[in-house]
Amino acid sequence: MSTDRVITAEHLSKRFGSFTAVDAISFDVYRGEIFGFLGANGAGKTTAMRMLSGLSMPTSGKASVAGFDVYKENEKIKQNIGYMSQKFSLYEDLTVKENIRFYAGIYGKSNQFIKEKTAVVLDRLHLTAEGDKLVKSLPLGWKQKLAFSVAIFHEPKIVFLDEPTGGVDPVTRREFWNMIYQAANAGITIFVTTHYMDEAEYCNRVSIMVDGRIDALDTPQQLKKTYGVATMDDVFLKLARKAVRSAD
Amino acid sequence: MFILLGMPVVQIIIFGFALTNEVKNSKIAILDPSNDAASTSLIAQIEASRYFEVDQVIHSADEIEPIFKKGRIKLAVIFPASFNEDLQHFNKAQVQLIADASDPNVANTLTNYATAVIMDYQDRITQGRKLPYTISTEMRMLYNPELKGAYNFVPGVMAMVLLLVCTMMTAITIVREKEMGTMEIMLVSPMKPFRIVIAKAVPYLLLSSVNITSILLLSVFVLDVPINGSLLLLVFESLLFTLVSLALGLLISSRAESQQTAMFISLVALFLPTVMLSGFMFPVENMPLPLRTVSNIVPAKWYYSIVKSVMIKGIGLHAVWKETLILTGMLIFFLGLAIKNFKIRLA
Repeated sequence: MSTDRVITAEHLSKRFGSFTAVDAISFDVYRGEIFGFLGANGAGKTTAMRMLSGLSMPTSGKASVAGFDVYKENEKIKQNIGYMSQKFSLYEDLTVKENIRFYAGIYGKSNQFIKEKTAVVLDRLHLTAEGDKLVKSLPLGWKQKLAFSVAIFHEPKIVFLDEPTGGVDPVTRREFWNMIYQAANAGITIFVTTHYMDEAEYCNRVSIMVDGRIDALDTPQQLKKTYGVATMDDVFLKLARKAVRSAD
Repeated sequence: MFILLGMPVVQIIIFGFALTNEVKNSKIAILDPSNDAASTSLIAQIEASRYFEVDQVIHSADEIEPIFKKGRIKLAVIFPASFNEDLQHFNKAQVQLIADASDPNVANTLTNYATAVIMDYQDRITQGRKLPYTISTEMRMLYNPELKGAYNFVPGVMAMVLLLVCTMMTAITIVREKEMGTMEIMLVSPMKPFRIVIAKAVPYLLLSSVNITSILLLSVFVLDVPINGSLLLLVFESLLFTLVSLALGLLISSRAESQQTAMFISLVALFLPTVMLSGFMFPVENMPLPLRTVSNIVPAKWYYSIVKSVMIKGIGLHAVWKETLILTGMLIFFLGLAIKNFKIRLA
């Protein structure tokens, strides 16, 4: 893991009217790191992620992603990131290959690049035989893995994963995390939100949001030590119980 | 909830009071070269009836066409040069009724009412005389001599189809992307939101062009509805209306969160007003003022009026510039609002 900072946030805030969704959060994410972004529902994770991915303008504070300012250079940020939402977001009525071609096309990749890389990706996913099948005919686990492959297809510097393993069985989750490790080893920074505390253990560092603030940020081992508990689950519960804001 | 309970009330009121095929206070023009006692009293009687309102008195037959083209009047009553003399000497006279039959139902009703009023007058002056006066009426249906219904519904169907295809389908497909989550992925990508929207709208623009073509071909070759005006103008106006519909679809999609909502809004907010308030089913002129005011914000009303003018009456841009301008204004307004909404959602 390098000490290159690919995401920096300083007192980043987002207010909707009188409601402060994200309250002056500050953190750095390093290149090739798997950064877990935890928090109860309604703690402000998604809003924070939307600000970093250029979908939403911060109200105040500073942030840069891949070296670009989130206020002024969000178009450049978009070129350098991948995104996988909690909703499954491939076109069900297109084939596997068509989906890849479509999303790669959006990022302006050449036909040559798409063709070569599609073969590699399908081979890695063991989906070569299914390339011309409609996505809706695939089992959910494969769809999720495909969606992740599509999110990093254009070789972004950072990929944002918003609860990527929701509703997936443990075996597939394991395989999914193997893919995440592979991507991280290839130098892609992973910014991931999750509700599964066992997944939090897989992260290099974890931040926990409570009521729009980041209340804890460290390696999973260090966090457990600090709070004097055995599992990440307990760390999370200890912090999340302080929340005043009700989860919706 | 409001819709469930409010809908029947609104519909009963609209259907019961507002949407009648009855004609009241229709604007008419009078050409009375004789200007004698008999014609004056007949005109007075026509004016006294609640069906008609004399909008203007014209002085030569040349003026008839232009005022119909302006669309201000629906009926013209033409007296002969010697109305009273004819009556006194021959006991019979003739009155010509010219109606704007681009709306055949209204034209029919108006000429019937006018004939009835004239017959009434005839009976009154005949009373106590041996020899009856006969006033015969001669009718001319302008633009649509055979009173074909197709003249009325072709423009209406065009408005409806374009609205349905463009507004509803655009709204639904964009909302579908939102539901599926693919919209978010595209918004995170370097694609400009504006380009996404254009890409979503283009297929429906093409579809609509095909629809316009097929409706026009069918009406000309199967229904014998002529295109009397400039085809180019008609196509241009249709494209303008298509764009307005697309803008409306985008506006709905920027608001609606599910496909059902999008469909419901399209139907309730657009389809029903288009059917009821565009003048296609029920003449707008007879509606009470509040409804007439509401009808002004229904884009289809203006498009319908343009198509009728251009296609059936065969008049050019000089006569429909006002409607064109209104549609253009609506396009800019709805598009602006849609883009603004879209941006707010992102911010």
